[in-house]
Amino acid sequence: MAKKLLLANAHVPGIRGYEVYRREGGYRSVEKALKTMTPEAIVEEVKKSGLRGRGGAGFPAGLKWSFIAKPEGVPRHLVCNADESEPGTFKDRYLMEFLPHLLVEGLIVSSFALGSNTTYIYIRGEYAWIVDILETAITEAKANGWLGKNILGSGFDCEIYVQRGAGAYICGEETALIESLEGKRGNPRIKPPFPAVKGLWGRPTVVNNVETLAAVVPIINDGGESYAQIGIGKSTGTKLLSACGNINKPGVYEIDMTISVEEFIYSDEYCGGIANGKRLKACIPGGSSVPILPANLLLKTAKGEPRLMNYESLADGGFATGSMMGSGGFEVLDEDQCIVRHTLSLARFYHHESCGQCSPCREGTGWMKKILHNIEYGKGKMSDIDLLWDIQRKIEGNTICPLGDAAAWPVAAAIRHFRDEFEWHVLNPEESQQRNFGLAHYADPSAMHVPVS
Amino acid sequence: MNIQFSAEELNKVNEIIARYPEGKQRSAVIPVLHMAQDAFGGWLSAASMDYVASLLQMEPIEVYEVATFYSMYNLQPVGKYMFEVCQTGPCMVKGSDGIIDYIREKLGIGVGETTADGLFTLKTVECLGACGYAPMMQLGKTYREHLTKERVDEIIAACRAKAN
Ligand SMILES: Cc1cc2nc3c(=O)[nH]c(=O)nc-3n(C[C@H](O)[C@H](O)[C@H](O)COP(=O)(O)O)c2cc1C
Ligand code: SF4
Ligand code: FES
Repeated sequence: MAKKLLLANAHVPGIRGYEVYRREGGYRSVEKALKTMTPEAIVEEVKKSGLRGRGGAGFPAGLKWSFIAKPEGVPRHLVCNADESEPGTFKDRYLMEFLPHLLVEGLIVSSFALGSNTTYIYIRGEYAWIVDILETAITEAKANGWLGKNILGSGFDCEIYVQRGAGAYICGEETALIESLEGKRGNPRIKPPFPAVKGLWGRPTVVNNVETLAAVVPIINDGGESYAQIGIGKSTGTKLLSACGNINKPGVYEIDMTISVEEFIYSDEYCGGIANGKRLKACIPGGSSVPILPANLLLKTAKGEPRLMNYESLADGGFATGSMMGSGGFEVLDEDQCIVRHTLSLARFYHHESCGQCSPCREGTGWMKKILHNIEYGKGKMSDIDLLWDIQRKIEGNTICPLGDAAAWPVAAAIRHFRDEFEWHVLNPEESQQRNFGLAHYADPSAMHVPVS
Repeated sequence: MNIQFSAEELNKVNEIIARYPEGKQRSAVIPVLHMAQDAFGGWLSAASMDYVASLLQMEPIEVYEVATFYSMYNLQPVGKYMFEVCQTGPCMVKGSDGIIDYIREKLGIGVGETTADGLFTLKTVECLGACGYAPMMQLGKTYREHLTKERVDEIIAACRAKAN
């Protein structure tokens, strides 16, 4: 059994409430931080821990904190990103739903470290019932002296507010989130300036993911070094994964990043194998934006080494033969799934979610959706596959925010690894309406000729 | 419909505005639009949006811009119960297409339509963060997960019973 730092108490009856949470050792990190540490010392511990942002990009959290500007007399803000809208990702929801006090505790310590007297949790609008859970936890924390004025006599004041979004994936992007929190459309801002210098209402702002901020609790309790000892290399600590698709045991799992992908999929402790006795076809290991991998490249890297569930190993081989840890949304596809149809569903998603500011993203996502639709419904041409390839390349790197890349990568990877399935759709327009391509040619996809730009 | 919050709702609006710095009451527009949608018939009419604009000292156009950007705001009247079925990849591989077809057949409406009795609206939406519990839909403030045809039948029956 892997060591659990975040979810260890998730199944303790009543842990959602303050009394039980406190009895189980909750809020110790606030006592330690506010009574015995300086904000700088907390930032140092987080740096030492090697904690990387859990929202998708994996940027070192301590380093990000150290960038926050501290102009005299200007308030600073911490904003918790609970927008969680990347398809395949539902880990933050689990954490907030079952351990709301863990997030509140992490937020208090992090607010102290950053000097944020007013901290916001921006949560996707659809998680309406979780707003109530979080607000209850905040009220309880305040009633017990963990929030408000002069917390624990430290002189530090802090309030936490929950802000509900209203349905827009793009508001997970940190500058779009800030715009939304200012009461506007979620249009990402051009960077620089970065939020750490000019964020919410022009003030220095740090935006971190829910899981990142919750992980601050064990880091402060046990020390950054002890956190850094878990895992491998730059993948320190534990990671929450949300597993879905054609597996026996979908759900949220906390792993230490030393286990193999194979173990994660097939062991009973985690996904419990492919459902209905089917075979594994492909997997999107880190949320819909990261490249899809065919079965054999998923389980082993191109060098033939077992692939591990961590940042480095999942990315091994770059986009040619690797993928990314991303947000930890792990979607497994069995042999009955159609790659063209699945890619179409993601293209439709990105087209729907594009904010429309940049033409490559706004127009490109629409084109990709339309072309994929034609191929899927038996009206595609061979040249469409190359056209798709061309369009995704023209989006990537040419937009204000990374949503453009996030829309391009799934299409690129699908063509790269499953080109013959696209071709089969084009050549067999009628048959492709009746049945799926199956696994047939994927015995050794890494050996196939694939175009890599 | 009388477009006017109750005293209690107005207190809530003021409580929300107090979360932001002086003069930044515009930040309340998203939460207050949610309140307006809930209070004034489940959708946002121009009158509702203008009312929100006046409460937050915003130009009406600034409120329309926001209301049209976010997918949870209904800019047309909707049924009393809105089935918002997720259709993105992870739900699709678990059979969301079949669930959508079944609801269409059961209710005799297409996606985006409302039943003649005004009870049900069917909408397809993108990933709602319940991919491991797919197929699923949002119904009001809650999620209905692990949908099957039988579950859909039960949900429809329960809504009908509640409406009577
Ligand atoms: C289109 C898009 C959507 C994003 N959605 C989320 C999200 O839902 N949750 C999240 O934490 N980060 C999301 N991010 C990443 C954020 O921009 C930001 O990097 C993150 O919140 C930083 O937190 P971290 O350093 O703790 O990971 C998204 C980024 C992009 C480009
Ligand atoms: S890349 Fe897309 S989502 Fe991002 S700013 Fe440009 S149009 Fe908007
Ligand atoms: S794909 Fe349906 S909830 Fe995520």
